[in-house]
Amino acid sequence: MHQTSKNLAEGARELIAFRIGEQEFCVDIMSVREIRGWTPATALPHSPGYVLGVINLRGAVLPIVDLSSRLGMNESDPSARHVIIVAQVHQKVVGLLVDAVSDILTVTDDNIQPTPEVSSELDRSFAKGVLAIEGRMICLIELESIFPEGESEAA
Amino acid sequence: MDMNEIKEIFFQECEEGLAELETGLLALNDGDDDPETVNAVFRAVHSIKGGAGAFALDDLVSFAHVFETTLDCVRSKQLEATRDVVKVLLKSADVLADLTNAARDGGSVDPARCQALVADLEALANGEIPASDDAVADEPAAEAESAPADEPAPEAQAEGEDDFKPIPVQFDDLEEKGDDFEPVPFSFDDFGTDQAPSANIFRIVFKPKPDLYLKGNETLLLLRELDQLGTLDVACDWSELPAIDELDPEGAYLTWDATLTTSEDEDAVRSVFEFAEWDCELTIAAAGEEAETAEDAAPQPDVEPETDESQPDTEQEDVSASKEEEQAEPVEKLELPNVIDLQQAAGANRQQAAESAAAPKAQATASASGAGSTIRVELGRIDRLINLVGELVINQAMLAQSVTESATSGSSAVTMGLEDLQQLTREIQDSVMAIRAQPVKPIFQRMSRTVREAAEMVGKNVRLVTEGEATEVDKTVIDKLSEPLTHMIRNAVDHGLESPQDREAAGKPAEGIVKLSAKHRSGRIVLEIADDGAGINREKVRQKAIDRGLISAEATLSDEEIDNMIFHPGFSTAEQLSDISGRGVGMDVVKRSIQALGGRVGITSTPGKGSVFTMSLPLTLAVLDGMVVSVGEQTLVVPLTSIIETLKPETEHIHGFGASGQLISIRDSFKPLIDVGQILNFSNMPTDPLAGVALLVDSEDGGQSALLVDAIQGQRQVVIKSLEANYANVPGIAAATILGDGQVALIVDVEAVVSASRSGALKSEMSLAAVG
Repeated sequence: MHQTSKNLAEGARELIAFRIGEQEFCVDIMSVREIRGWTPATALPHSPGYVLGVINLRGAVLPIVDLSSRLGMNESDPSARHVIIVAQVHQKVVGLLVDAVSDILTVTDDNIQPTPEVSSELDRSFAKGVLAIEGRMICLIELESIFPEGESEAA
Repeated sequence: MDMNEIKEIFFQECEEGLAELETGLLALNDGDDDPETVNAVFRAVHSIKGGAGAFALDDLVSFAHVFETTLDCVRSKQLEATRDVVKVLLKSADVLADLTNAARDGGSVDPARCQALVADLEALANGEIPASDDAVADEPAAEAESAPADEPAPEAQAEGEDDFKPIPVQFDDLEEKGDDFEPVPFSFDDFGTDQAPSANIFRIVFKPKPDLYLKGNETLLLLRELDQLGTLDVACDWSELPAIDELDPEGAYLTWDATLTTSEDEDAVRSVFEFAEWDCELTIAAAGEEAETAEDAAPQPDVEPETDESQPDTEQEDVSASKEEEQAEPVEKLELPNVIDLQQAAGANRQQAAESAAAPKAQATASASGAGSTIRVELGRIDRLINLVGELVINQAMLAQSVTESATSGSSAVTMGLEDLQQLTREIQDSVMAIRAQPVKPIFQRMSRTVREAAEMVGKNVRLVTEGEATEVDKTVIDKLSEPLTHMIRNAVDHGLESPQDREAAGKPAEGIVKLSAKHRSGRIVLEIADDGAGINREKVRQKAIDRGLISAEATLSDEEIDNMIFHPGFSTAEQLSDISGRGVGMDVVKRSIQALGGRVGITSTPGKGSVFTMSLPLTLAVLDGMVVSVGEQTLVVPLTSIIETLKPETEHIHGFGASGQLISIRDSFKPLIDVGQILNFSNMPTDPLAGVALLVDSEDGGQSALLVDAIQGQRQVVIKSLEANYANVPGIAAATILGDGQVALIVDVEAVVSASRSGALKSEMSLAAVG
């Protein structure tokens, strides 16, 4: 990966694109630690609905967040075909449940269009911008704003 | 290894030194008069000073210097270590610790406090203390080396003022005459010249480099130490001394040529220069061989400014030759120019002096051999190891489980191998945990300072007695112990003990005693803080509780219940709020922080006799023995320490209570039955008590409750995994763990569940940090 990053043009960066339902999203590849299959999670009492529970990631206790539900869409019904993106947000590591990972994109900041003004549950604060790639619309989301620091304390 | 790492090591050593210092001083305080104790104290300060000099920590050096000077008086029996003296010394040790911390972490120490102590220490060194009737200030030759090359150490002046005889040094003469100047003999007449009988004679040529002074060593102290070995003749060669306008104030220009008549061997002589030998040119030769070369070398010892241990060739040969002839016959005393006669009352404490001179060497040997048996390891590495072993335990359990499931139980070789593996894993785990186990001693030592300061602040006379300092407990627990202990100790001093007047009125000695003890009891560490004060004033506590609306005026409370009121939030009985306690966040916060560690705290009090706070804590925060239970579809772990018994409820034992409450009668006493599944929101349907199992648990207020779960799966040791690391504190849940099947299981916070069942809602734990 280091090799590729070096070869990247100035200002370019890589994003991981994934699918939730019919929509596509992407996050910065630098915050992604690994991608793994779904394993049943241990539910946590009194947790927000989008927190599915915790799983064992090689000895670490990893909370799993249903990203669909967190973005205000339908709650997922996790199955073996779902995928967990293990990402680092602030100092913590969380697992994001998504339907499938589709692509690795290399883009420059010019490719990113500002989020259009829409009234949607998918709040503008989550979406950093949208990308048009081969006729698809991919929404770039910012994990830091989805999981603001200290939010988890309130949960 | 860069400078910062070296500095880090220095500070670690400082910490050890300070601990040793405090231990020694406390021993002195208790009347220990072993010279080795004084020596240990002296050495501790001396090495801190030496190290601090190397890092140019001037504040530290200058304070340590004064401190050391006073300790030297104690060491040489010029100053008696009375209680009052030791009190000043203990305060000085505190300031020294503060200065060390300030040097490490930045920040500063109140200069006025330092100055006051420096004054006290100097007064002690000068014998200005009513307790000691001897004139103390006969510091020999204190300023013998106050030639221009001496490091600027103004406070050194104080120690020997009375005896110091100024030596007129004519710099003009020096300049004119250059190398040809005439030797100026001078001597201190006060000291008789009583020659030691048969002994070895060493010729010691000692040429300090500027670094020697920078590191806080001092020629005077070295020479004085030499002098204690026997009879010393010292000559100073100042031929290299430049004219005053070319003189570098931090330079070193003097060479000391000493002849020592001693009964000690060469090693003892060398050990004097142990801390200095890298920063000077040093030749030690038995005089038998030296005699011939003395002619050449003595008048103007031609020591070239090369690296240490490199001397003119002739002398080097002498050293090697003399080593073989250590026991050389004494020869006539060498006549040397510029003789400073340092002969002290040498015969007086010969034996003791020899001991004290040998002591640094003994310590060095000890630390050298100690280096072989202990190593310093970064805590992070041990934590990684512990984590890995935790993984190993989980993996081993998973393996065992899958072997059982795959029903190959017929193969006894596999089963036996697994059993061995299990045993080995357990042993590895125990050994790894033992690495992190530490004695509580350092914490206890810190408490003695807490007691001193608290006592001073409230004007009480308090002595701390400690017991079981060697009790070991995991580092994770040690780190969290200090805060609640500090609170409780202060509380004992402030509230527990009466004022000296009241104590005397009650027929007790004015000095109150706070006793801190630690011991292991059934897999936990039990800490007791006992004071011999008045005990809890139950009437006052009760009245206060009523005033604050904590209890109703009619309520009948047992003594125990009243005593435990002091753990209630917002409770403080001190009539006057003092600086150190009484903000009403004391004991309840202590209780919560101890509970957060999986511990318990209780109090027993006897009016007029005092109170005893008892804390019991798990030995480690890394693993715990738990009971694995099922609740709904979940698997939970309940800490075994909180479970008193388990029972299968029967119809006649279950009693409805109010709308939804249930009580269970256990041997005719009624306990609330708590449905864990409902409290933790795992099931909507109440669990049928008759189908489940009740776990009788202890809660911190002394009451008992029964937790209702669906089934008990078994009992096992689990590795505690933090939920906070990646998520957050979950109310009702203490932590998580990973079971044999690789699944995460949650560890129940029994106390939180019990209190939630009373208030109806789970709240997050309040921690000490959150309150302040």
